[in-house]
Amino acid sequence: MSQTIVIAEIAKGAIHPTTAELVTAANTLGNAPIVIVPCEDATIADSASAIQGISKVIALKSELFATYDALGWATAIDAVAPSGIIVTSANPQSKDLAARLAARRNIPVVQDVVAIDGGNLTSPIYSGKAMQTVSTSGDAVISVRANIFTASAQGGSADVSVVDATGDMATAVEEFLARVSTRLDVAEANIIISGGRGMGSPDNFSHLEKIADTIGAAVGASRAAVDTWDEISHSMQVGQTGKTVNPNLYIAVGISGAIQHLAGMRSSKYIVAINKDADAPIFQHADYGIVATWEEALPVLQAALSAMMN
Amino acid sequence: MANIVVLVKQVPDTNARIVISDNRVDLSSVKMVMSPYDEFAVETALQHREASGGEVTAITVGGAMADKVLKDAKAIGVDHIVRIDCDSFVDSNSLQSIISNAISEIGADVVYCGKAAADTGAGSTGPGIAERLGWASVSNIISATFADNVSVVAPAQGGNARISVTLPAVISCDKGNIKVRKPNVRGIMQAKKAQVDVKSVSAPASSINVISHSLPPSKPAGKTYEGGESAAEVAQLLRDEANVI
Repeated sequence: MSQTIVIAEIAKGAIHPTTAELVTAANTLGNAPIVIVPCEDATIADSASAIQGISKVIALKSELFATYDALGWATAIDAVAPSGIIVTSANPQSKDLAARLAARRNIPVVQDVVAIDGGNLTSPIYSGKAMQTVSTSGDAVISVRANIFTASAQGGSADVSVVDATGDMATAVEEFLARVSTRLDVAEANIIISGGRGMGSPDNFSHLEKIADTIGAAVGASRAAVDTWDEISHSMQVGQTGKTVNPNLYIAVGISGAIQHLAGMRSSKYIVAINKDADAPIFQHADYGIVATWEEALPVLQAALSAMMN
Repeated sequence: MANIVVLVKQVPDTNARIVISDNRVDLSSVKMVMSPYDEFAVETALQHREASGGEVTAITVGGAMADKVLKDAKAIGVDHIVRIDCDSFVDSNSLQSIISNAISEIGADVVYCGKAAADTGAGSTGPGIAERLGWASVSNIISATFADNVSVVAPAQGGNARISVTLPAVISCDKGNIKVRKPNVRGIMQAKKAQVDVKSVSAPASSINVISHSLPPSKPAGKTYEGGESAAEVAQLLRDEANVI
């Protein structure tokens, strides 16, 4: 069995729950993994040691990990990780790191894995319009999509060793830019409500924002909406040339369901579609379809969700 | 004066329906285009040239059919077009080594590429070649300004940050605020006459092999309701049946 190494996912200065999913994936690929926690404060690594199915935890401590620098991070992590199969999450930063680590070791990288069967790995291609299964032999770096593998349970007590890392930053953050919106980004939200050109005008996105604020959702948009209205930023775009998302709930409002858009959201766990055109392709992918104008449906939805949240 | 390289890839049009036959994607009747994010990379490369002087070389990897994307890049304004002749599947390790060899030969100061190709969506090539070259890299930038260093805006810690990048570096481009220029008639005429510099290479062996392609599992048919009032019932089902609210 191969040695496996999990690079812990860190968010807001703590171990992200996705890390326990990576541990499950690693156990499918080989022996119980070593979990490497890139951190400034080694105490955050303690919570990783409680994940079952790991052999040990390395708290890799350095000021380097305050901001992401691909070269610096890859150098520091490569220095402590033994050879084997490395597993990371599949968010943009982790995929970038995965590619760096693989290149550094002259081993291949397989991104966005959603299924593991022996040495065979399956990932979506064409933004999920098709799936590709590849065979691997030997060491590799593998990024794993979130919400696919069951999280390994808590209750473990692996040893934690603290290692001081060194590395040089090749880039420097000059300033963090103020976020235009305090709402969640579509890439990190568990619920997304998206509008299309059927919303009629960008001002009407305020109705989507109201619902988003009620249920803690992010607001997304179709390419048609982003291309038509300057007020709708590309950072909101869901689809093959925007962001690929797989939230628990995706609510599509005034979106017809172009292939381009479906590619970016079809793997959502539940899909609700609101569209006045009963023949819109989006309905073929919806768990719950509502044939109505958004003017009719959104106030009712808003009222019902508000009542539930109180 | 900057020696600038931009990487471009030919992919199926993102509006195309993907068909599988014999466990393989069948692209025979699909329109092939430049991967959309590569258009932003070409634009950023041209803006860099305009700011600092120098030349832009577009590189692709593929068979003769892929010359089309190089001609498209030429029509928009790149100076040189290079195709690394390799038409079969190679893994990331093999692909990156042939591209980084070509970049070293050209002696580039900076390489631009799209944040991910629209076919694999992997986004491995940019950071991978940066590592092989020992260079800095920043991925998914949404804007760039050019002086001695390149200053970019890229996602960081849940928001965006302005990041200064010391060259040489590989920079991958998202759509962001980058507006791409269209080819003019003169550019299109020049592109028609332009010669593609074809480099033959022997790619290192791949340890990854494609076993099969398949369509994603289709979902069972959902429930459909008529009229806006039904939104209340759907909201209740999202809580009681789907457990997502």
